[in-house]
Amino acid sequence: MLGPQSTFVMYDEEFKRINFLIEKLLRESNSKVIFLVDKNGQLIAATGETEHLDTTSLASLTAGNIAATGGLAKLIGEKEFSILFHEGEKDNLHISIIGTRVILVIIFDQRSSLGLVRLRVKKASNELAAIFDELAKKAESETKPGQGESPFAEITDDDIDNLFS
Amino acid sequence: MSFINYASREINCKIVYYGPGLCGKTTNLQYIFNKTAEEAKGKMISLATETERTLFFDFLPLALGEIRGFKVRFHLYTVPGQVFYDASRKLILKGVDGLVFVADSQDERLDANIESMENLQDNLEEQGMKLEELPFVMQYNKMDLPNLTPTEELSKLLNPRKVPEFTASAVTGDGVFETLKAVAKLILIDLKKGAGS
Repeated sequence: MLGPQSTFVMYDEEFKRINFLIEKLLRESNSKVIFLVDKNGQLIAATGETEHLDTTSLASLTAGNIAATGGLAKLIGEKEFSILFHEGEKDNLHISIIGTRVILVIIFDQRSSLGLVRLRVKKASNELAAIFDELAKKAESETKPGQGESPFAEITDDDIDNLFS
Repeated sequence: MSFINYASREINCKIVYYGPGLCGKTTNLQYIFNKTAEEAKGKMISLATETERTLFFDFLPLALGEIRGFKVRFHLYTVPGQVFYDASRKLILKGVDGLVFVADSQDERLDANIESMENLQDNLEEQGMKLEELPFVMQYNKMDLPNLTPTEELSKLLNPRKVPEFTASAVTGDGVFETLKAVAKLILIDLKKGAGS
């Protein structure tokens, strides 16, 4: 699995497989929105009714939430709380941890239920965890010297300066 | 730890503003938010108390432009500066790609600056990171106020390694973008080094 400080890399192939899986989970769990966030708050993928959602903010706050609950867990001698559930008047949030580094967030309403969501998440989590494991291995092998072409090796000072012009 | 997404062609990096309570970390972000074009920024989130003291963090996503066909996004975070929020500060440092230390240049805050700098080093070490190995810049804030510690002295005490340093007044905006640019540049240079190794 990915270490806490290594760069997180996403490739086309895995991105498609991840999207396929979360779209399937969206259908099977009857939920509204699903997104994946890395524990540092970066949005990895999202599907469902996302048009009116500020997914960037959601991702950052979810990660903050997981971090804070993780801190609470440690204080009482737990490793982490792997599932969080927030119940609203209409919409509910189901948050779970996949592997060690990725957070799965599901927004659902009365068309689904907590039981159904939990059931579907369990199965999908294993499949998603497998893909993230593969990603970690792939990223590691491609960053070894002489392998793969990183687009960043060629960055010039001008490129960087142009960002701020 | 940056996130490189080849599928959506994006690079995401996390910048954390650190410093003692009331030194102007949130004000830095507010100025950046106010002066950035709509299309380049997301919503700014402040998890603050009723008296506008940061409780957990402020968050501001910025999309600066493209490098080699990759969209470059920076996620700016502040930590709560007050001493007793140390547990929250540690959480926010996770996965940081670059750091800005905002020092309060007023004479009476000298001790608080030093304490916060030591706290930063302790908290990084606890997570297996070293300040010396991270893109890091210093900002001496509140230059618009009287009774300041001379910048040379602040520099001597807080910046022995002489990382890039800037005087600033976050309220008026002086030095705010210079600081941000400097840390962003260091992060991208770091990324480049990582790619070449």
